[in-house]
Amino acid sequence: MKKRLTPHLSRLEAEAIGIIREVAAEFERPVMLYSIGKDSSVMLHVALKAFYPSKLPFPLLHIDTTWKFREMIRFRDETAKRLGLDLIVHINQEGLARGINPIASGSALHTQVMKTESLRQALDKHGFDAAFGGARRDEEKSRAKERIFSHRSPTHVWDPRNQRPELWRLFNTRIAKGESMRVFPLSNWTELDVWDYVEAEEIPVVPLYFAKERPVVERNGTLIMVDDERLPLRPGETPRMESVRFRTLGCYPLSGAIRSDADNLTDIISEMRNSSTSERQGRLIDHDESGSMEKKKREGYF
Amino acid sequence: MDQKVATDILAKGSPAILSETAARPTLRFLTCGSVDDGKSTLIGRLLYEQQLIFDDQLAALERDSKKHGTAGPEIDFALLVDGLEAEREQGITIDVAYRYFSTRKRSFIVADTPGHEQYTRNMATGASNADLAILLVDARKGLLTQTHRHAAIVWLLGIKHVVLAVNKIDLVDYDQSVFENIVESFTAFAASFGFASVAAIPLSARYGENISERSDRTPWYKGAPLISYLEGVDVEDRRAALPFRMPVQWVNRPHLDFRGFSGTIASGTVRPGEKVIVSASGKISEIARIVTADGDLDSASAGDAVTLTLTDEIDISRGDLLAAPQARPAVADQFGAHIIWMGEQEMLPGRSYLMKAGARTLPVTITELKHRLDVDSLAQNAAKTLALNEVGFCNLATHVPVAFDPYSENPVTGSFILIDRYTNATVAAGLVAFALRRASNVHLQNLTVSKEARVQLKQHHPCVLWFTGLSGAGKSTIANVVEARLNSFGMHTILLDGDNVRHGLNKDLGFATADRVENIRRIGEVAKLMTDAGLIVLCSFISPFRAERRLVRETLPDGEFVEVFVDTPRETCIARDPKGLYKKALAGEIKNFTGVDQPYETPEAAELILGRDAETPEQASTKVLAYLAVRNLIPHFDELGDWAI
Repeated sequence: MKKRLTPHLSRLEAEAIGIIREVAAEFERPVMLYSIGKDSSVMLHVALKAFYPSKLPFPLLHIDTTWKFREMIRFRDETAKRLGLDLIVHINQEGLARGINPIASGSALHTQVMKTESLRQALDKHGFDAAFGGARRDEEKSRAKERIFSHRSPTHVWDPRNQRPELWRLFNTRIAKGESMRVFPLSNWTELDVWDYVEAEEIPVVPLYFAKERPVVERNGTLIMVDDERLPLRPGETPRMESVRFRTLGCYPLSGAIRSDADNLTDIISEMRNSSTSERQGRLIDHDESGSMEKKKREGYF
Repeated sequence: MDQKVATDILAKGSPAILSETAARPTLRFLTCGSVDDGKSTLIGRLLYEQQLIFDDQLAALERDSKKHGTAGPEIDFALLVDGLEAEREQGITIDVAYRYFSTRKRSFIVADTPGHEQYTRNMATGASNADLAILLVDARKGLLTQTHRHAAIVWLLGIKHVVLAVNKIDLVDYDQSVFENIVESFTAFAASFGFASVAAIPLSARYGENISERSDRTPWYKGAPLISYLEGVDVEDRRAALPFRMPVQWVNRPHLDFRGFSGTIASGTVRPGEKVIVSASGKISEIARIVTADGDLDSASAGDAVTLTLTDEIDISRGDLLAAPQARPAVADQFGAHIIWMGEQEMLPGRSYLMKAGARTLPVTITELKHRLDVDSLAQNAAKTLALNEVGFCNLATHVPVAFDPYSENPVTGSFILIDRYTNATVAAGLVAFALRRASNVHLQNLTVSKEARVQLKQHHPCVLWFTGLSGAGKSTIANVVEARLNSFGMHTILLDGDNVRHGLNKDLGFATADRVENIRRIGEVAKLMTDAGLIVLCSFISPFRAERRLVRETLPDGEFVEVFVDTPRETCIARDPKGLYKKALAGEIKNFTGVDQPYETPEAAELILGRDAETPEQASTKVLAYLAVRNLIPHFDELGDWAI
């Protein structure tokens, strides 16, 4: 028996459902970005509820950098199969051919080519005019300022100084030809809300969020999991088995693990309540400087 | 860290206490007030004192404080919330930032809004979804124009609870009389607003006085510190007690046997078996089921996102409003509303905008600006337009009736936004006050003789030939020849041009942009009436703006508006200068002259373009007649036989 949602969570859920339905009603070709993480899992779950008993009226899109954890890809394919979803997987073949990867090319170039450019390629290829993302405003300062309906130019550029006022729940969905909209139904959720909702609604998430003995190496204070043989070990480095889990998931060489014994939802939630670091702390791509997320977003990153 | 905060944090892990937080409704509030009154600093301080700034964020904050900070050697808390690079560089807040925090008693969603006048629209955005406003005042400066402006917008948007936060009290030596003077002037200013509660708190955001606990420095202050006040304030949501309303957002049709109407309930409660009315059509049915993915519900209330099925097959589509039949919304095509203008271009009465209200988007015209509100004195001043960030009261008209409630009774069904039809920018927030006349009364005027009956007496089809172009392009000359030839074939025509309209119908209008818009709107209405009478109406007007030409086009049935763009080169027009006007305009003696100091917006899809081939008026008129013949608006005469198009 599922737990009843708290008034706080049911308001957030209803708000997200309203946003998702509005996109389905107003746009010709929406798509839902599916990154396999907990936020995507929650967004997908809410979307399925929004249209019940109809099926999801749009496809899912995963931008695969080819460096995701193997468990993520397995989870993605199982989820698509279990729920009978229309899943599009896009890989930037040109970037692949150029040999772009997070280790030799560095995190900035890898993210630019295999995520940002790849996403733009996929959106252009399929002619999507609206794309849902699972981003939340509590993640990062520039996200805190982004609209729920975030307008993009034909080249997918975000202009933070010229955002449309967004009043009440009346979303201006008008776009000119070639322009598009990024839509964030979970804007007002916090990390804790996401986990509380996962627990209450019994939503499956990638097992990497739960602590388990995993092979890791420690680099500059960050624990990197050795997920496959592509991660070159430095001289004297040997993977150690440690009980670790991930707060946020991305390309495995760029995702820092945390030492933890929290192997169930209750423990994760209580661990998070007592945490003194933010979830993006484990994301190596944000660290260049404080404005780096805004720059990436302006270029079309989610 | 003081003892109380420490206890709060220790308590955070306890599940019993957490459920207390989760069970209370979330409080959504905004911080507003003039620039530099310390809004962002206050939020940064709130987050810091609730231990909600993570170690890595604090490290980044210390780095940024050294680079951009305005607090000397101390941590500048404003940098926590000023997220955009431009904001950090300039040390100001430009856009609304949303922040989330919880204490053990309550969850909060905070909109931190900008204080600069030029960003007032972003402040209104933050206010539109808030239950409470913290209005900051700098103790040294007292109430400023921007304080008044924000208080007025808070009132307009229907926020009932205000915290008057007298900040920087440390900089006036914690002086009680300074605080009391500010409270007194605010009480006087806000007397007419009818706020349900105003709590005045003296505080120092930078030093944390009266934030988490009552400060020793203000022993004369007996009220609660800010956090305790916010935890305890009752902003009861009374939407569930209002009559039932639900805008239909999406028709849910998975297969032929299921037809549901999905939407978020705006107000009231609904149960299976209850009657509902489709507001615009007046059709009544009964709720069969309330469908959700978690199973059917026995009842659903305001804020719930549901799918309703009805017992009858009645026509309902996206945008319709379902309502309780015993307490129906107003249905009207003309209504009065407050408008907060947010467009870079000024608001123009007569121009057509798109209105989004509920799940419906439709063209709307602001027919009249009744007054502009002076937010400092609250005076209602006469005005012709509204500029960015100005507030006014307007009459609006739609082509079809719309269902709504007054904003003061129901903010969801009483609010709308206006969208510019060309740039797609959101240019205004609207708050409905009342219906100007019941649409049903207008539509009762079903005339016995219809337009079709009148047309049957003619051998042509009525239409509007709209000649647009620069002064001196030859519009009236060509229109004259066209009319003469139509007349000789026995067609019934009328020619409207500047001379016969400006001297009578529109003699009260000048040449400023707002007047030009109204000029064309009136001409469009007259032209439409004349097509109803069965005439071919020739209109010869510079009509420089696309929006107005489009407005006239939309008042007519498809195919009855023929836009004729007389595109004579500007140099030719200046050389002709039949009335000597270019000479005067170029010398600066006439203002607002199209093509000189006022733009001409060229048509994007005119039916006909003349003037580029230097035709004679006779040749040009032949092209017009040929077009009318091809479109079957006039019969094919032998004389027209060899006219090529």
